[in-house]
Amino acid sequence: MKYIGKAIAKTDAIAISTGQPVYTEDLAAPNALVVKILHSPHAFARIKSIDTAKARALQGVACILTHKDVPQVRFTLAGQSYPEPSPYDRLILDPVVRYVGDEVAIIAAADERTANAAMKLIKVEYEVFEPVLDFEQAIGHSSVIHAEADLHCNFDIGMDASRNICTSHKIEVGDVEQELKNCDIVLEETYYTQAQAHAMMETYRAFSYLDHTGRLVVMSSTQIPFHVRRQLARALGLPASKIRVIKPRIGGGFGGKQTGAVEVFAALVTLRTGQPARIIYDRTETFSATTSRHAMRIKVRLGADKDGFIRALDIEGLADTGAYGEHAPTVFAVCGDKTLPLYNKTRAVRYHGHAVYTNKMPAGALRGYGATQGTFALESTVNKLAEKLSMDPAELRLKNLIKEGETCLVYNGKILGSSALDRCIEQGKKLIGWNEKYPRRELANGKVRAVGMAVTMQGSGIAGIDTASAEIRLNDDGNYTLLIGSTDMGTGSDTVLAQVAAEVLETSLDHIIVHAADTDISPYDPGSYASSTAYVTGMAVAQACEDLRRQIISHAAKFLQAAPEQVEFNGEIISAVDSGKSISLAKLAELMVLGAGNRQLVGTATYGSPVSPPPFIAGFAEVEADPETGKIDLINYVAVVDCGTVLNANLARIQVEGGIAQGIGMAMFEDVRYDERGRMQTNNFMQYKIPCRQDVGNITVAFEASYEPTGPFGAKSIGEVVINTPPPAIAHAVYNAVGVSITSLPITPEKVFMAKQSLKKTQ
Amino acid sequence: MQIKVIINNRPVTLDVKPDDFLVDTLRKQGLYSVRRGCDTACCGLCTVWLDGRPTLSCSTLSFRAHGKTVTTIEGVRTEAEEFARFMAAEGADQCGYCSPGFIMTVLAMKNELSNPTDADINHYLTGNLCRCTGYQGQLRAVKKYLGVGS
Repeated sequence: MKYIGKAIAKTDAIAISTGQPVYTEDLAAPNALVVKILHSPHAFARIKSIDTAKARALQGVACILTHKDVPQVRFTLAGQSYPEPSPYDRLILDPVVRYVGDEVAIIAAADERTANAAMKLIKVEYEVFEPVLDFEQAIGHSSVIHAEADLHCNFDIGMDASRNICTSHKIEVGDVEQELKNCDIVLEETYYTQAQAHAMMETYRAFSYLDHTGRLVVMSSTQIPFHVRRQLARALGLPASKIRVIKPRIGGGFGGKQTGAVEVFAALVTLRTGQPARIIYDRTETFSATTSRHAMRIKVRLGADKDGFIRALDIEGLADTGAYGEHAPTVFAVCGDKTLPLYNKTRAVRYHGHAVYTNKMPAGALRGYGATQGTFALESTVNKLAEKLSMDPAELRLKNLIKEGETCLVYNGKILGSSALDRCIEQGKKLIGWNEKYPRRELANGKVRAVGMAVTMQGSGIAGIDTASAEIRLNDDGNYTLLIGSTDMGTGSDTVLAQVAAEVLETSLDHIIVHAADTDISPYDPGSYASSTAYVTGMAVAQACEDLRRQIISHAAKFLQAAPEQVEFNGEIISAVDSGKSISLAKLAELMVLGAGNRQLVGTATYGSPVSPPPFIAGFAEVEADPETGKIDLINYVAVVDCGTVLNANLARIQVEGGIAQGIGMAMFEDVRYDERGRMQTNNFMQYKIPCRQDVGNITVAFEASYEPTGPFGAKSIGEVVINTPPPAIAHAVYNAVGVSITSLPITPEKVFMAKQSLKKTQ
Repeated sequence: MQIKVIINNRPVTLDVKPDDFLVDTLRKQGLYSVRRGCDTACCGLCTVWLDGRPTLSCSTLSFRAHGKTVTTIEGVRTEAEEFARFMAAEGADQCGYCSPGFIMTVLAMKNELSNPTDADINHYLTGNLCRCTGYQGQLRAVKKYLGVGS
């Protein structure tokens, strides 16, 4: 293969690296109104009155909008295919505010100073309610967060709003209670995973204007242009045909930009004033008034026989969805979907529980999407089982793992098409030096080095739901334009998809123009989330290119007066086998658009997968712990990945390194915290610590290829799975180092120290 | 107030308010490479050179640039592109949003340190956050660019 698997540089690399104006803010019109949001200072309150007269009177103020001025249609900001599983529990502005940061008023002014001055002149009277801040106390709390009558769910998601339950979910195969009774060893443990912030470098922003025909155009840093268009249509009461959403380069997303955080505010201002408007959330607003990862409590009961076969698995989750239910049902379900299939010697499995409303910032999509939370709980328990059995945790996993060609209880007979996870484990052991280092070594300075491990899986696209389209045009000069609706958030997906096209069409990358995404022009794509771009959109691109290839051959055959099956195409020349006559692609392209009776050749395809093949990772951590203080340093992290065929060696490697670093952040530093009144304490980079380059140690990445029969050239996804292993692997290494098992993230020195203290007391 | 500044080798006179920050003043000049990533001088996205030294423009009042030279990545295009090619070869550009500030710090480091170790490099660049790459690819690019280490 000429392009697949090669370490090809991103097509936009030089432009984005050297600061070319390619992002939303750079492209916004300089005369656009500046939109600011007045956020609620209370966690739970009803707005009794808002006086905006003084603010409106300020020179330069274009409009001030409150809950009295907005459409009264409930909607969701979750970026999901219609009909969304997420509840319609939002208004653009609601008389009830449900968290500190909830939107109270929209201010638009000629410049930022005026907008800020106007904000200070708005007088709001609140009737303050008792907030629900502890998600374990939410069910049945005397405060009901969503008491409104017009809540709407597209599906039965097990909502019980009167008890603050946003969604309930249960999946069970076999008799878990009976199987647990039959087991020699039953482990039971409760884990807590924290809310995590996306902390992408470009904060949320959008720019809107009316075009020459009066249509609303919204340029947004979003992962989901088509879903944003639908959200805007519903929330603003406009036909979708009157809306165009354009996605320029975007500065990171990690799932955050799968939720429409700001577009609707700018769009509403443009509709009301007729003027261009731009909104930019600063870092504080990005931390405190958008979304984060769902914090979860996960109870695991795991039963095994004395030979180490895991026979029963019962996972009960409780997720904190905060004030609104964006992604609550699906994140909650994915926590079980991506943990129950991993070990398939089970005889009974169950996953069940609720996501609950609280008066905190809403949770939403974040890389890993529930699998991260579930992996921490399950893998920590499996490591505990290994300890109990005095078995090498790597051996224990190899004994129990689902393998290529096998099925499992929750797969309904479907077969796992590809897996190299066993080889990933073997390779990872070698790279970290497992046999020499496991479990611990004491250093001369009193510190301890130890290793730990975990494995994980994710999916590739959403089976049976998300469907992407692709178009590829043969241009008049013999070059191609590839039209896609997915979003390159920096992953390099535009380049990877161009590699797929180049491979099929046997051309070079500089002959392919990639265009993404503009809802007026791009073919429909649900957007870049759920690990779908390389896999789902990638298949659509491959098939569209095959379609175009067939057309090139059949039309060239007419010019060559040969049968299409007697014609060969090598990417540049189309030649007839028998006669030896040939025509260049450039000439054919020219002839196809010239004169009467021709037509420009366009290959199209739409692809949705009936399965969501999992990529796998084996992750290994080596930490150095100070037993006196509890201080932990991460020294080495090894990740060995099975993402099927690697489509671009460098871009895949960076995805892994970046995801591991984000997982290290979740494991050791990052924590969204609130005070007793529900105000976020970690709303800037001073308080919310993402890893810097001194925190991540050495990250070593290797790949063990498998071939996924349903993926483009055998590829599976890679974007999300990479974040899942660090929390359990680091927790395991810490246990091996100092003998304390930390079950709530992040694993801070304080927690390790305090756990050691209580361990001493019990001994 | 009026300030006189040399921006990317071009002397200019600018009207600024006493509380204007340099990042906003530079963006108003069309220098869109300069970006605000936080409000607390933590992320390094807004890094420019003030008299040749890397400086956070989000926490530098514009009037402080009076009489000084300001350099943004637009002013060191050739060197920036040269290093950007090393980044691209590693796939380490990713979303690119932090790259201009990062590159300005790398180019300053090249002027300041000779034959740095991995630890020296990581220490010098600590103030430049990146959420995409996990820093490893950036380190590989820097080392190849400087011709240090393996």
